[in-house]
Amino acid sequence: MRVFERPKMLKDKVFHYCPGCTHGIVHRLVAEIIEEMEIRERTVGVCPVGCAVLAYDYLDIDMQEASHGRAPAVATGIKRVLPDRVVFTYQGDGDLAAIGMTETVHTAARGEPLTVIFINNAIYGMTNGQMAPTTLLGQRTQTTPYGRNAAKEGYPIKVCEMLATLDGPSYIARVSVGSYKSILNARKVLREAFRRQIEENAYALVEVLSTCPTNWSMKPRDAMDWIENEMQETFPVGIFKE
Amino acid sequence: MAEVIIDRERCKGCLLCASFCPKQLFTLSDKFNSSGYYPVEIKEMEKCSGCAVCATVCPDVAITAVDR
Ligand SMILES: Cc1ncc(C[n+]2csc(CCOP(=O)(O)OP(=O)(O)O)c2C)c(N)n1
Ligand code: SF4
Ligand code: SF4
Ligand code: SF4
Ligand SMILES: [Mg+2]
Repeated sequence: MRVFERPKMLKDKVFHYCPGCTHGIVHRLVAEIIEEMEIRERTVGVCPVGCAVLAYDYLDIDMQEASHGRAPAVATGIKRVLPDRVVFTYQGDGDLAAIGMTETVHTAARGEPLTVIFINNAIYGMTNGQMAPTTLLGQRTQTTPYGRNAAKEGYPIKVCEMLATLDGPSYIARVSVGSYKSILNARKVLREAFRRQIEENAYALVEVLSTCPTNWSMKPRDAMDWIENEMQETFPVGIFKE
Repeated sequence: MAEVIIDRERCKGCLLCASFCPKQLFTLSDKFNSSGYYPVEIKEMEKCSGCAVCATVCPDVAITAVDR
């Protein structure tokens, strides 16, 4: 009996991601969910600027590239013009929580019926590892070589906790892909975020704690353990709005 | 008998599968693929339980199928 198969919705391309980067795991989960929900023909994804900028090369569905941080605005336009489509964005922490924070907050506040997938790897991956709004206190990056210092660089932004105070969103959750069990949970939560849009015409955001072994200067497995052991202290996994 | 199918051209030798496999079945090949990575391989497939933990954690979906 076949218990696992590469989703057909993934194109026959090799991901450009660094070895061990968990962007790929999230791509696969999204592909599996879209296949399972049989929504491939009516789903539109919006790609970010960041390491996932080429996601349209991997997911065999309609996809639109947005300029840096603007994915929720682009997705709003697509959904309003084509309300029968299932529209999701896939954005990094630099994209969603720095340059795109305005779009993020207002799209959530309006309760646009979208699914937002937020890849929090606590760093700007694509541009070689500068501090992100989500960089942990004490974390070394290219721009915080002695570790992020609250007095100088401020505190990490907890996007889920913040957006959960708004009335617009229907579902806000944080998951991790740092272990086998966490990945199974992430799949369930991501599926629910798509279901909210499809069945309840509602806004949902899932923050995924993801690795950047290259810019964290860690081996892939150590990076996964770092999510489970360190990152989750600042960013606890859970459902923030039901 | 369970079987794990590895696409050596997709594998980047990140060893996540190896570190999570409860049976510790993965080793690195001594021949690199066309991208220059040493892919993983399984020599004792008969010991595999078909749990698919390896495929679940593989970020490159290089483990393309697991049969049990
Ligand atoms: C308008 C604009 N400003 C800045 C950049 C440079 N830039 C490219 S990606 C990026 C941040 C990427 O980080 P993140 O969104 O966290 O994605 P990751 O690569 O970590 O997945 C920045 C600042 C850009 N491309 N466009
Ligand atoms: S730079 Fe980081 S986030 Fe980007 S592909 Fe490499 S490991 Fe992944
Ligand atoms: S299916 Fe399970 S036992 Fe078999 S190689 Fe993969 S992780 Fe190991
Ligand atoms: S997890 Fe995937 S890419 Fe990494 S070594 Fe194993 S099969 Fe290769
Ligand atoms: Mg990032």
